[in-house]
Amino acid sequence: MDTEIRIYTGGIIYAVISGDIDHHTAKGIRTDIDKAVSEHDPGLLILDFSRVTFMDSSGIGLVMGRYRQMTDRGGEVILTGVAGYIRKVFQLSGIDRLTKIADDVSRILSGENRIDEDIKEEMTDEAKTY
Amino acid sequence: MKQRLINRMKLTFPSCSENERFSRAAVSSFISQLDPLIDEISDIKTAVSEGVTNVIVHAYPDRIGEVFMEVKIFADRSVRIKIRDKGCGIENIEKAMEPMFSTSHDEERAGLGFAVMQSFMDKVSVRSIPEKGTTLILTKQLKEKERYE
Repeated sequence: MDTEIRIYTGGIIYAVISGDIDHHTAKGIRTDIDKAVSEHDPGLLILDFSRVTFMDSSGIGLVMGRYRQMTDRGGEVILTGVAGYIRKVFQLSGIDRLTKIADDVSRILSGENRIDEDIKEEMTDEAKTY
Repeated sequence: MKQRLINRMKLTFPSCSENERFSRAAVSSFISQLDPLIDEISDIKTAVSEGVTNVIVHAYPDRIGEVFMEVKIFADRSVRIKIRDKGCGIENIEKAMEPMFSTSHDEERAGLGFAVMQSFMDKVSVRSIPEKGTTLILTKQLKEKERYE
C-alpha cells in the first residue's frame, strides 16, 4: 500500500504508513518518505504507524534510517500510532530511547502548523499519495 | 519426554521477498488449529518473518534459491518451526546472532533478526555449514486453552 504523505507548514511532514512493514515493503516506504523529505526539507518528520498491520525488524531499520537522515539535516523524528505489539518490537531495539513516541500529535500539528494551502492547491489527488 | 505429534506441514518456495508475507500467513494459518492467543500469533509470525528474511537476504544474496519450511504442532501445544536453506551458510554463528550485527551493507538492516526471534520464541537453534546451508529451528510453547464452563 502507498504511504500517505501530508505536508504541513512550519516544516513538518506527516507520513501515514499502511499495511505490512517487512523487508519487501520497507524499500517502497523508504522511497516514498525520502522523496518527500528531499523535496520539502522538513525540520520534523512524523511517522504514523496506526495503519500498520504487521512489522518486523525491517520497521526498526526504516525508522533508524529516517532518524539518521533527519538528524543529519538537523531535524527530528516523532513516531505516533505505535500500539501494543508494534511498540513491543520497537522497545526490543531501544529505538524508543532515540526517537520520541507520542500518542497524540494533534497539538504539534494544530495552530500555525496547518496543511500548506499553496502546496495543497498545486497537488492533484493522485500526486498527494506518492 | 517425546511429545505426540498432532499435525505437520512442509512448504518449499523461492527466496523472493514477496514470499515473506506468504510464509507468515502460511504458518499463522497452520497454527490456528491450536486456537493461539493473538499475542502468540503475532510473536510467531514475526519470528518466522525474521527467519525467512534472513534466508532471502543472507543465504541467497545473489540468486534465488529454495526456502524449506516445516511446522510441527504437538499434543502439549508446542510449535516447532524449521526454516532451512541450501545457501552460503554462516561462518560465525555466534557473531551472526549478536544484536545490531549485519553483513548486509546495501540496505537499512538493523541486525536484529536473531534478537527478535530469541525474544518472541522460547528457543532458537541454528546449525550451519558454510557453502552448504543453514537450518534454523524456532520453538514456542503456547499457553493452555482457557476452558469456559
